[in-house]
Amino acid sequence: MTETATQGARIADVCLIGGGLVGMAIALGLQRNGLHVAVLDEGDVALRASRGNFGLVWVQGKGDTLPEYADITRLSARLWPTFAASLQDSTGVDVQLQQRGGLYLCLTEQELDARARMLGKMHEAAGGDYPYETLDLKQVREKIPEIGDTVAGATWCPEDGHVNPLLLLRAMTERFKAQGGIIDNTGRVETIEPHPEGFRIHAGGDWDCARVVLCAGLGNRELAPQVGLSAPLSPNRGQVLVGERVRPFLDYPTGHVRQTGEGTVQIGDSKEDVGFDSGTTTEVMAKIAHRAIRLFPLLRDVKLVRAWGALRVMTPDGYPIYQASTSCPGAYLVTCHSGVTLAAFHEGPLADWIASDRYDPSLEVFHAERFTL
Amino acid sequence: MPNVSHFERLPMRAGEQVTVFVEGQALKVDSYDTAAAAVLIAGLVPSRTTPTSGSPRAPYCLMGVCFECLLDIDGVANQQGCMVKVRDGMQIRRQAGARDIHEPRQETAT
Ligand SMILES: Cc1cc2nc3c(=O)[nH]c(=O)nc-3n(C[C@H](O)[C@H](O)[C@H](O)COP(=O)(O)OP(=O)(O)OC[C@H]3O[C@@H](n4cnc5c(N)ncnc54)[C@H](O)[C@@H]3O)c2cc1C
Ligand code: FES
Repeated sequence: MTETATQGARIADVCLIGGGLVGMAIALGLQRNGLHVAVLDEGDVALRASRGNFGLVWVQGKGDTLPEYADITRLSARLWPTFAASLQDSTGVDVQLQQRGGLYLCLTEQELDARARMLGKMHEAAGGDYPYETLDLKQVREKIPEIGDTVAGATWCPEDGHVNPLLLLRAMTERFKAQGGIIDNTGRVETIEPHPEGFRIHAGGDWDCARVVLCAGLGNRELAPQVGLSAPLSPNRGQVLVGERVRPFLDYPTGHVRQTGEGTVQIGDSKEDVGFDSGTTTEVMAKIAHRAIRLFPLLRDVKLVRAWGALRVMTPDGYPIYQASTSCPGAYLVTCHSGVTLAAFHEGPLADWIASDRYDPSLEVFHAERFTL
Repeated sequence: MPNVSHFERLPMRAGEQVTVFVEGQALKVDSYDTAAAAVLIAGLVPSRTTPTSGSPRAPYCLMGVCFECLLDIDGVANQQGCMVKVRDGMQIRRQAGARDIHEPRQETAT
């Protein structure tokens, strides 16, 4: 994605800062609403969760302490099939969406009990409308014959799935450009200057726009205060291992191991508080591999071909921030962990909200004020 | 498109001869050779098909970079033939598609 804006006027209805999974999904939704959108993205030096994630479209357990988050997660999962189909129609890219359910495998009874209790509470909070099952080893084996003998069991949710996140980003970007969208990565956005008619944005070149949407991942920390918003985000590192391609052995994604459409084995992922360091460490990779082999002994001599670290974009409570600025009308902040899962929601209802420019009380729980109250 | 292997042995250091089996056919090769070289000498081209599209492939870079030389060596698939030195009695087979990890195959001793 290296592009330069055409010479001359750099003007758009909306400037959207950040061309990751969150930004591109919102950008497509704004285009669908008839807006002329320019995406300003920093380029290859940036920290980009969208290129290093695990690819789960994951429902179970999301929002255990915030029902509204569980709701938008499930809504997104429901919107995903149509979203994926429309991406394929317009770009020819099959993002390999599969939503046949997923398992969270547990190695100990305690772990399994804790998860079952958490999902039980969510089931109750949703008035019984929250599908999940707790499976013992025998029941897990019915779904995954290759499961290891030392697995205690799993929680199963029929709404879970996975997708190829790199193909997703490519498909969204291609569609955006084909629909006349501009991606400018001539430089990092340094300042956003609000003025009565809108915003002037200083990046490699300057842009003028009526509205600005911040989707810059960890970069939102510096940008949000310039338009009267706050983004108290911190990085959380995940290391991911990728094994050689093998014949299909796993029909469902699990919380730690999944097999892609091409047969690649993807193994994740750590949760590390190490600041802005997206590297890998032998110790953590060994732990991740060890767990995977306990879950799936047949992976024992599968060769690893790649490993990487990537930084999650985390708010203090792990839930998104969706907020319109009151002091600088026309400025929005959209940031979250689980940007893969939420992509269909972002392209749909959330982009419609931004396009309509109207106050939406249902989004109030996602305001950043919750961290200061 | 000509698909005859241009692999030609140039005189270099003389090693011992060993016998390997390429798709079951006995083949005498130099002990310094790699499994990929044995496949090229045997003219076993294509030596694999790719996991997704099934397109035909053969050893290419011969230095461990391109992964085109994946072979089934002594019952273990996905081995980079150019990185594996021959051994007397080695069984080398074509690899069709992705490696199957379900059941470890028995070594076929001869
Ligand atoms: C290891 C790992 C595993 C994950 N697994 C999953 C999963 O299984 N399922 C799931 O749903 N989610 C998962 N996630 C989370 C998901 O990847 C993120 O939520 C999502 O990628 C965030 O997208 P984003 O666009 O906000 O951020 P990013 O991808 O970080 O993109 C931000 C963009 O903003 C740009 N930018 C930043 N600052 C500036 C600036 N000043 N000027 C211009 N541009 C700027 C950057 O160039 C970058 O392209 C995972 C994340 C990690 C790290
Ligand atoms: S021929 Fe390229 S890796 Fe072996």
